[in-house]
Amino acid sequence: MTSISLNVNGRQVSGEAEDRTLLVEFLRTNLGMTGTHVGCDTSQCGACVVHVDGQAVKSCTMLAVQANGSDVTTIEGLASNGTLHPVQKAFHENHGLQCGFCTPGMIMAATDMIRRHGSALDEKTVRQELEGNICRCTGYHNIVKSILAAAAEMGDAQQAAE
Amino acid sequence: MGVEGIGARVARKEDKRFITGKGRYTDDMVVPGMKHAVFVRSPHAHAKIKSIDTSSASAMPGVIGILDGKQLTEDGIGSLICGWAVHSKDGSPMNMGVWRPLAEDTVRYVGDAVLIVVADTGDQARAAAEAVVIDYEELPAVTTALAAMKDGAPQIHPEADHNLIFDWEIGNGADVDAAIANAAHVTNLDVDNNRLVPNAMEPRATLGVYDDSEEHYTCWTTSQNPHVARLVMSAFYNVAPENKLRVIAPDVGGGFGSKIYIYPEEIVCLWASKRTGVPVKWTADRTEAFLTDAHGRDHVSNIKIAFDADNRITALKVDTIANLGAYMSLFSSSVPTYLYATLLSGQYNIANVHANVRTVYTNTTPVDAYRGAGRPEASYLVERAMETAARELGVSPAELRRKNFITQFPHQTPVIMNYDGGDFGASLDAATKAADYDGFPARKAEAAGRGKLRGIGMSCYIEACGIAPSKAVGSLGAGVGLWESAEVRVNAVGTVEVLTGSHSHGQGHETTFAQLVAERLGVGMDTVSIVHGDTDKVQMGMGTYGSRSGAVGMSAVSVALDRVEAKAKKVAAHLLEADESDIIIENGELKVAGTDKSVPWFQMALACYTAHNLPDGMEPGLKESAFFDPTNFSFPAGCYICEVEVDPETGKTEIIQFVAADDFGNIINPMIVEGQVHGGVAQGIGQAMLESCIYDPDTGQLLTASYMDYAMPRADDLPSFDVSTTVTPSPSNPLGIKGCGEAGAIGSPPAVINAITDAIGSNKLEMPASPQAVWAALNAK
Ligand code: FES
Ligand code: FES
Repeated sequence: MTSISLNVNGRQVSGEAEDRTLLVEFLRTNLGMTGTHVGCDTSQCGACVVHVDGQAVKSCTMLAVQANGSDVTTIEGLASNGTLHPVQKAFHENHGLQCGFCTPGMIMAATDMIRRHGSALDEKTVRQELEGNICRCTGYHNIVKSILAAAAEMGDAQQAAE
Repeated sequence: MGVEGIGARVARKEDKRFITGKGRYTDDMVVPGMKHAVFVRSPHAHAKIKSIDTSSASAMPGVIGILDGKQLTEDGIGSLICGWAVHSKDGSPMNMGVWRPLAEDTVRYVGDAVLIVVADTGDQARAAAEAVVIDYEELPAVTTALAAMKDGAPQIHPEADHNLIFDWEIGNGADVDAAIANAAHVTNLDVDNNRLVPNAMEPRATLGVYDDSEEHYTCWTTSQNPHVARLVMSAFYNVAPENKLRVIAPDVGGGFGSKIYIYPEEIVCLWASKRTGVPVKWTADRTEAFLTDAHGRDHVSNIKIAFDADNRITALKVDTIANLGAYMSLFSSSVPTYLYATLLSGQYNIANVHANVRTVYTNTTPVDAYRGAGRPEASYLVERAMETAARELGVSPAELRRKNFITQFPHQTPVIMNYDGGDFGASLDAATKAADYDGFPARKAEAAGRGKLRGIGMSCYIEACGIAPSKAVGSLGAGVGLWESAEVRVNAVGTVEVLTGSHSHGQGHETTFAQLVAERLGVGMDTVSIVHGDTDKVQMGMGTYGSRSGAVGMSAVSVALDRVEAKAKKVAAHLLEADESDIIIENGELKVAGTDKSVPWFQMALACYTAHNLPDGMEPGLKESAFFDPTNFSFPAGCYICEVEVDPETGKTEIIQFVAADDFGNIINPMIVEGQVHGGVAQGIGQAMLESCIYDPDTGQLLTASYMDYAMPRADDLPSFDVSTTVTPSPSNPLGIKGCGEAGAIGSPPAVINAITDAIGSNKLEMPASPQAVWAALNAK
């Protein structure tokens, strides 16, 4: 057991983790934050994506101890003060989810994608970058649409701010 | 149509919890004292269990109990059932073997459950499971239906000689043979339908809780039909009487058929909770899901279509062998029979149709309904054969179909179905227009200039949803009725709760059902809540599969709403001193037509509950229920067109465009319907180009048991889709809905393969059309 402490969604948390405990297990079991999901055992599906120090990470592929001292953002921490993040809003408006199981990972991956590409994102890039996120329900059509809509909105907001 | 009523593109009410991480799935549940289970499973495809030694495993840290099949039998837990009795053509019943929830002496597929290990943590349970020693005597295994039927093949169940479960037929065989003998042209095609793994993204999970003070069980489970689960576990598995068993299916992360069935794990976790005295949770890992979720498809077929000199179809004949795996899953017998062969007439006017279907045991995971369930297999056969026929006859595939379309309704096919409506020409026109079908030759020439092979393929599918009426399905062998229930509760403040037996696991019922209420009662959708998925809240229901929630589930709501409206009008008429036939319900008010007299909806509701001023003899309260049983199946149909470009160097195929023109009858929310088509088409393209479940034929090991090996469709494998609808309302239910959940998966595989075979100029191509398969077909010419 190792004691670790990390900042999750702006709150300092600490706990005991076995050396083999994955970050996703730590979030789900130790912290009871079940918004982050597990859809596979081989690091393929992306249901578990969170942000660690601002970057999208598959939390099934990182040990909890590796996240010691990091800032972690999960799906539960994306909205601020009750206002949905533009990516969450875009998924809602564009029917980017059905059963919702892949959705937390999709939204966290999309947020990171938009951070890196901004409003220059195009459909081809979105589809390529979603390689590590599997959805069985939507056929991706409306997920792609949601991400492009969010990228456009966030790009506009950024321009307006400049 | 209001902004929220029928036909409105309303964003979903349920989204908020899913996009903020507040969805509550079975594996998210935690109850006091909860422990974790791991199943010890057979590593062999076929073996005798000679001995089991759990002594050192039982002594490991955290282990609470390791239970086996003998204990399960001692406690009187029943064997798994097949809920649809199909008889062979000689009248004999199915040759069904025994499926115990935990195998006692023989294991029959890799993944067959043998023991349950319960421990404080999942890691401890896994470690103990690995420490169990089971001595197996390996037996020869067989994985394909054709091999299993041969003389000398391993006998999997003593009940099934040559592993044959039944040999069934439908249609007018003698007439078919005569018509084929006299035909001007016969198209003859051998077609396989590849085995698929459903792969809902949420792995199956269950939490069993036994309360000894009340002798009561609670089962949280990833189910599409919690009431059926309770019924079956109570009536057949002797887990507990229905009043002592509560089944809750909370948020469920996709089903696609795989979560219809009651699996060994639900039964065993409930039983183990009583045996060990602790709540027991089990969650599948992905490989376990690959091994144990019921698979789909796996048919080997031959089809013959006979034409007269005018290219009209005179007969259609099919011979199919279906692999049902190691055990008969809950609805496995109905899928390759009544859900398959009854659709073989397709959209065509065919006087003579005959199908023979043999079902076979193999040492593989049980096979049951997967999105489409029988209808994809039927439409793949018929539509590949129609495209092939057009090529052989040298006519346009679109025109050959159009010439043979059924245009008069109702139409009785020779294979049970009575199509009650449709306009197949309208879908064909819509699809060919959207795809610019006529402009294809120019695009093909342009692609050829770039060294690419372009192809276009079509599929005109028909399917059957909302299986009904119950009396008819009962006469065909179904063990259950296929109605649906609903209760509409109007609260004293006028808000509305709808209790439904349908279950949403992605379909958006909390939105569409509320849209129906908003339309009918003139109240805001935000004042309407949909309650489902809990046997303590909803009395009974048949659940969601077979695209039945709209056609059957919402129709039940509609009938209950009729009753609510009737009483509300009586109350309003009394309050307004008017005639009840003059009352109209609009915008949250009950009005006397043609006057300015009205009473707000909530005031009428309150009057029902204060009961101070109700018509003489009227009971207080405002709550109505209904059980709705449709008069017929509904028949969604449509035309799909796929255009591809093949790189002849590599065999890599790109989908250039995919057009879907469907007739789903009336539509509640087009946004949600389009989403269902997108998802279905993606699964169909997955079947056609990517997915295949492969067993080692000698060892029976599943070689594609993870996402490293099983090619799930990813975003960059797929295009954006062009989807549209035409409407002929279904006459079999009050809402005119046909159902949209499976059409995409039914109509798309033949369109894709027809396009690729057109591009490469060879018809020798099986699914999945991987680059390797396409390249091989191209170079085998
Ligand atoms: S659970 Fe992390 S990639 Fe699947
Ligand atoms: S919405 Fe169900 S898996 Fe993506």
